[in-house]
Amino acid sequence: MIRLDDLHKAFGPREVLRGVALEVPEGSSTVLLGRSGSGKSVLLKHIVGLMRPDQGAVWVDNREVAALDHDELNLLRREIGYVFQFAALFDSLTCAGNLRLALQRQRLDPDEAERRIAEALAMVGLAEAGERHPAELSGGMRKRIGIARAVVLRPRYILWDEPTTGLDPVTTATMDQMMLRVREELGVTSVIVTHDLGSAFKVGDRVALLHEGRVRATGTPAEIRASDDPVVRQFIEGRPE
Amino acid sequence: MPASPFAAIGRSSRLTVRALRDTEAWAPQLLAQMRRLGVASIPIALFIAVFTGIVLALLASYIFTGTVPMYFVGALVGKTVMMELGPVLTGMALAGRVGANIAAELGTMKVTEQVDALETLAWDPRSYLVVPRVLAATLMFPVVTAFAMGIGVIAGWITSVNLLDLSTPEFTKGLRSFYQFKDIWFGLVKAASFGAAVALIGARRGLATGGGAAGVGRETTRAVAEGCMAILVLDAFWALVLL
Ligand SMILES: Nc1ncnc2c1ncn2[C@@H]1O[C@H](COP(=O)(O)OP(=O)(O)OP(=O)(O)O)[C@@H](O)[C@H]1O
Ligand SMILES: [Mg+2]
Repeated sequence: MIRLDDLHKAFGPREVLRGVALEVPEGSSTVLLGRSGSGKSVLLKHIVGLMRPDQGAVWVDNREVAALDHDELNLLRREIGYVFQFAALFDSLTCAGNLRLALQRQRLDPDEAERRIAEALAMVGLAEAGERHPAELSGGMRKRIGIARAVVLRPRYILWDEPTTGLDPVTTATMDQMMLRVREELGVTSVIVTHDLGSAFKVGDRVALLHEGRVRATGTPAEIRASDDPVVRQFIEGRPE
Repeated sequence: MPASPFAAIGRSSRLTVRALRDTEAWAPQLLAQMRRLGVASIPIALFIAVFTGIVLALLASYIFTGTVPMYFVGALVGKTVMMELGPVLTGMALAGRVGANIAAELGTMKVTEQVDALETLAWDPRSYLVVPRVLAATLMFPVVTAFAMGIGVIAGWITSVNLLDLSTPEFTKGLRSFYQFKDIWFGLVKAASFGAAVALIGARRGLATGGGAAGVGRETTRAVAEGCMAILVLDAFWALVLL
């Protein structure tokens, strides 16, 4: 379970998070919605300890992330896969090399590791791209390699930062299916940041809307769709200000 | 909360020890970094050494003519190339190449979130990125400098024999009569310290990068400037301590 408790984060005078409270129950796929710049990526970075809160805390499995020492944090990170918004692939390595570096810390038997790498690449539809370098791929392909790099770990948690932004409709649907599959087959607990309401309501079993540094509304997809909060309505109907 | 300097030193040495202990992260990359940072820098270092040797020989003969026996040319060329100009000029050239290379590469990785990605995959950027580069530079600067010393002396000798009225035995007499083994190791120890400083500064600057492509450019420029200054300061330091 992931729990955010009164999370505050400011960059200089810019208060991005102003008391976020959110629970992601075990096994759920919680979708995080919010306008561009509302702090969704910043929130995800707190969960893996890439950023430290100014105030408040993040708890993963009852461990407070900011209080962990180096080794404990590394242990926790092995259980969390992170899909970066802009893929963040290591460009000095091939695509398969990216996945291999991710798996190396798990000390798998090499054959098993190679099998899992091939499987993860196939899952994102890029089985033949393994020996290519990220710079030779399109933006959408890079994004899918980024997804493969998180899924190959078979983590207990996956944090997806806009996994389908910039993908074509068919690939988007495939990625949605994959998010459902990892939950059902591997029991992964997910936090999914997306601007795609179609996929949000399809893959999410819970939805939270981040607005002005706080969680404005949470609920099941049906509850959110039926909400009469004007901010929520404006967001899901996509009305201009 | 201003930490005391002792606490800061304690903390950074703890981090360094931890980074060095994770050999799995840096050892496989060490050879490739040595090749990239060191071997590729040899041509520029030799180019500089050739011209330094020529100029030193001409300068020495200009100074010594009519006052000091000419075989002193060999002594001046040898001493200066080995103890000072070999290490310092090579270091400066490599501060440009190696310092900029490291700062730009790590800076780009930082702004494209590759450094964050490494961390989430449980790799310490210090072990995976900084250690192999700093070790490679520390090991390779002396190697490149040794080549530069050799070529510098040879260039001085060829110049003396061809352009000045000096014979080979005279040149080698000067070279040998003042030579001490310390001259060489003094130069090489300096070179190693220059390598460590240049690579550390480049890595620090790279990992501190923020703000996109402009940030990468800014930190790269700073890395080169600070690397050159560090070389001059260390040069004076070693002269005080070891001479
Ligand atoms: N490292 C940083 N330093 C300074 N400001 C930052 C940093 N990271 C994020 N911010 C600021 O925090 C705010 C939220 O950024 P964030 O990337 O979380 O937005 P987001 O909700 O993910 O937006 P998008 O949907 O466009 O990805 C932005 O105003 C951004 O400028
Ligand atoms: Mg974002």
